[in-house]
Amino acid sequence: MDRLSVNLCGITLDNPVIPASGTFGYGYEFAEIYDINCLGTFSFKGTTKQPRFGNPTPRIAECTAGMINAVGLQNPGVEKVIAEELPRLKQVFHKPVMANVSGFSVEDYAFTCEQLDKEEQVGWLEVNVSCPNVHGGGMSFGTRPEAAAEVTRAVKAVTTKPVIIKLSPNVTDITEIAKACEAAGADGISLINTLLGMRIDLKTRRPVIANTMGGFSGPAIFPVALRMVYQVARAVKIPVVGMGGVSSAEDVLEMMLAGATAVEIGAQNLVDPMASKRIIDALPAVMDRYHINSLSEITGGVKNG
Amino acid sequence: MRLRGDTAAIGNPGEFVNLRLDGFYLRRPISVCDVEGDVLTLIYKVVGKGTEAMSEMTPGTGLMLLTGLGNGYDLSLSGDSPLLVGGGVGVPPLYLLAKRLLAQGKHVRVVLGFNTADEVFYQDEFRALGCDVTVATVDGSCGVKGFVTDALPKDYTYFYTCGPMPMFRALNKAVKTSGQFSFEERMGCGFGACMGCSCQTLFGSKRICKDGPVLKKEEILWTD
Repeated sequence: MDRLSVNLCGITLDNPVIPASGTFGYGYEFAEIYDINCLGTFSFKGTTKQPRFGNPTPRIAECTAGMINAVGLQNPGVEKVIAEELPRLKQVFHKPVMANVSGFSVEDYAFTCEQLDKEEQVGWLEVNVSCPNVHGGGMSFGTRPEAAAEVTRAVKAVTTKPVIIKLSPNVTDITEIAKACEAAGADGISLINTLLGMRIDLKTRRPVIANTMGGFSGPAIFPVALRMVYQVARAVKIPVVGMGGVSSAEDVLEMMLAGATAVEIGAQNLVDPMASKRIIDALPAVMDRYHINSLSEITGGVKNG
Repeated sequence: MRLRGDTAAIGNPGEFVNLRLDGFYLRRPISVCDVEGDVLTLIYKVVGKGTEAMSEMTPGTGLMLLTGLGNGYDLSLSGDSPLLVGGGVGVPPLYLLAKRLLAQGKHVRVVLGFNTADEVFYQDEFRALGCDVTVATVDGSCGVKGFVTDALPKDYTYFYTCGPMPMFRALNKAVKTSGQFSFEERMGCGFGACMGCSCQTLFGSKRICKDGPVLKKEEILWTD
């Protein structure tokens, strides 16, 4: 077994680095820049039952060491994703891909997951119960343990692939929600989605983001994300995928020590399109520096303070 | 700002580059004003902290930038005497466009609009290329008094424009031919990945950074 490889819910990844949904499209823009087959996998753009244009612009605001987005799940809908995007994705990426799904009702989630589950290249379903940018859906399913469990059960009932539930940090106790998903049959947990944030333009005295608030991501949130990954990894037995502000190979190691089996890279892909490849390339030397022989051995290896 | 480096990826006029600045998380998208060999010219207005930091850079400073972003203008539709209309900070990308059109033997008319004489820039540079240039200022302190729409020539075969939205709306009503508009939007990545700068068109949603910034008149969905 290669020293970078890890096993996520029964599927071996060449390395634990996974570009996060919403920062990597369906891979083609990045495939113009480098061979994306070096990735462990990637989580494609959040897919819903119906096509969505998303929120009005401006959708983006800059912050210190991060950014806010309020895209609002723009996507062509599951039918077109399967008919048009996945065949194109297959041309540039030849490994199992992670299908990211969002919805506005339990039935939506189940429908979209059932469709994507049938696609050969889909290796995992990442169910986003944590989008902060849509009303009446997304995050509202991820802020209550019973609602998150209901979505998990409904999706598990109609799918065969591993189901990873993507959780929101905008909650009182994320471990309660993670445990509810585990009890409902989830095969893994990924976290964290963005933190709800806001900026105001001093000249106009209006919010920078047209939708007022948006999801805050980038290196600034890394310590918060790491803390939550640590808490969730200790609360559940299923694999945890860590994300939130990861921008270096060192960050990947911290996430894994905190309990992550694999690590997603989000905002960093947007400011440096080569970021995920750079992190993978940097891993062996950084592992050597910290005397890590094999990555799969370090998950949850943080020592008690 | 003049930069020296690998300009090979820069193709069409109307493309932009995305600059990484120390201390700022997101890159700054700036339109290409001119490219000559390995020298890239960017003209920007100081509007915030990022552009302020750019204005304080000293010669010799190294910058990381992504080049060749966006679709740029389609020159094949210009006809023999294209009209170029620039408003304020929208003027720079028209310079490389004018150069390329003149190189194809076209007769290029340029209308540049500003608020006041103090803001006028590049009119001499356009004239030096061999363009027929008219300047309009809102307060009449330079050239024609009024908006670019008060200074449009009678005959032209096609138009290309870059400038603020109010100018676009007025121009769209005033022009007699088809043409292309170059849009501006707050961007996340600048290369089509994040969907941060999407806009709705008559032919579905388009990303300003990847499918634009240039849109044809026939595809634009005007909101008022």
